[in-house]
Amino acid sequence: MTAPVRSEELLIALVAELIGSVRHVAVGAASPIPAAAALLAATRTPSMRVSLLSSRRHNFFTDGGRELFDCAGQGRVDVFFLSGGQIDGHGNVNLVALGDYGHPTTRFPGSFGSAYLYFVVPRVILFRLEHSRRTLVEQVDFISAPGTSPPGVYRPGGPVALVTELCRFDFDRARGGFTLATVHPGHSLEEVRDRTGFDFALAPELRTTSLPDPATLALIRGAIARELAEVYPAFAAEIFGVARP
Amino acid sequence: MSTVALDQAIEPIRDGALLAIPPDYSGVAMAATRALIRCGVRGLRLVALPQSGLQADLLIGAGLAVEIETAAVTLGEAGIGPRFAAALGAGTLRIKDATCPALHAGFQAAEKGVPFMPLRGIIGSDLLKVRPDWRVIDNPFQPGDPIVLIPAIRPDVAFFHAPMADAQGNVWIGRRRELVSLAHAAAETVVTVDRLYDGNLLEDEILAAGVLPALYVTRIALAPGGTWPLQSSTAATDAAHIAEYARLARTDAGFAAYLDRFLRAAQAA
Repeated sequence: MTAPVRSEELLIALVAELIGSVRHVAVGAASPIPAAAALLAATRTPSMRVSLLSSRRHNFFTDGGRELFDCAGQGRVDVFFLSGGQIDGHGNVNLVALGDYGHPTTRFPGSFGSAYLYFVVPRVILFRLEHSRRTLVEQVDFISAPGTSPPGVYRPGGPVALVTELCRFDFDRARGGFTLATVHPGHSLEEVRDRTGFDFALAPELRTTSLPDPATLALIRGAIARELAEVYPAFAAEIFGVARP
Repeated sequence: MSTVALDQAIEPIRDGALLAIPPDYSGVAMAATRALIRCGVRGLRLVALPQSGLQADLLIGAGLAVEIETAAVTLGEAGIGPRFAAALGAGTLRIKDATCPALHAGFQAAEKGVPFMPLRGIIGSDLLKVRPDWRVIDNPFQPGDPIVLIPAIRPDVAFFHAPMADAQGNVWIGRRRELVSLAHAAAETVVTVDRLYDGNLLEDEILAAGVLPALYVTRIALAPGGTWPLQSSTAATDAAHIAEYARLARTDAGFAAYLDRFLRAAQAA
């Protein structure tokens, strides 16, 4: 009998759907679920390039750390992932600090490439597992990267969706806000409202997030889990029981 | 150029130097960093291309660094650098928050000998508020198109580890070309290597493509496995060590104990 679908597997399938069929998806460090989703999406579009920045095998860059940014600046990266210590209802991301910048109550590692990639990568998927009023706030304390830009500012890129442990929001660039698209099985709209610090719109037909079909699930637990083990051995071992190759 | 002892290699890193360092995945001179902490240089201003982890955290915690320009200080899965966070909380560290491509742009400007480099993005980020040295101008070729200028970053010393060097002072960095940017931009470059190459690296066309020429290199010291506990071109990061560091460095006493053990162990090695 097939084991029940784990939340990680649901999220991998969901994020792979969001990636869709593109030329090049890049995934930063410490992102096992987006990385697995990118590998899954690539099985459906064999010409797709997947850059996992913490991998040796899934990393074709030969011009040093700047090549990712140069190639994204030219429009050669179609999908990227960002997270944040705080994400607000306008799609602003905070990777710097809570409280006053000069005397923060909590300091985060830093903005990484967000203040640039959010502008130039057409489809940025925000991924933040923890869904709480602590993480999803009305207004971030520090804008590492803004969700939208005024007219006249070069901005081919930006957020398309926010995926959490509870739901998937889609981002409406014209309105500069989120729309609740699907709620994961076992969770409710009330729960999403209770645990979200910002206002959001509702999709005309609020659906439950689809479970991966049996073939997708088998692929995730097989080839994808094995590939992921090179980059995220601890995650692959814990979720799939797969050892590092 | 003959290689020198570690302590001699780090001599160009003087009090108050602007010291350029690579990210944790690229070849961090950790053995030499331990030597630097033992010799007690002060007032270092770190600039990471584009981020740092254990190295910056140690230099900050041990009181050598008073400033850092970086896109992040992170121990990866072990989270934020604990001494970096503590120093910012205590107000003992000046921070120049940046974003990765801005650091690449600043180094690139220095490599070309030009005063600044334009960069997309950033407009609307609070980074612009805390970085008054970054300017927004109107694109002179297409008015009505605001764009950010990043000033050139000209470090006093670039400091990193590479797989090998030859007797001429050429250093093989492979495809880790941010190490080339570090060296091109800096006035002096201090390198540690795992081993010496028998011959001239530039005489082999295949190897030559991955060479930083001796022109840019000031000192080279032999330090086999010199990136430990961080990753090298052949070894993975010692994740258990990093996790232990993250645990200890949460407190002043724990960090002192770590430093004591770590530096003594390094000296005995």
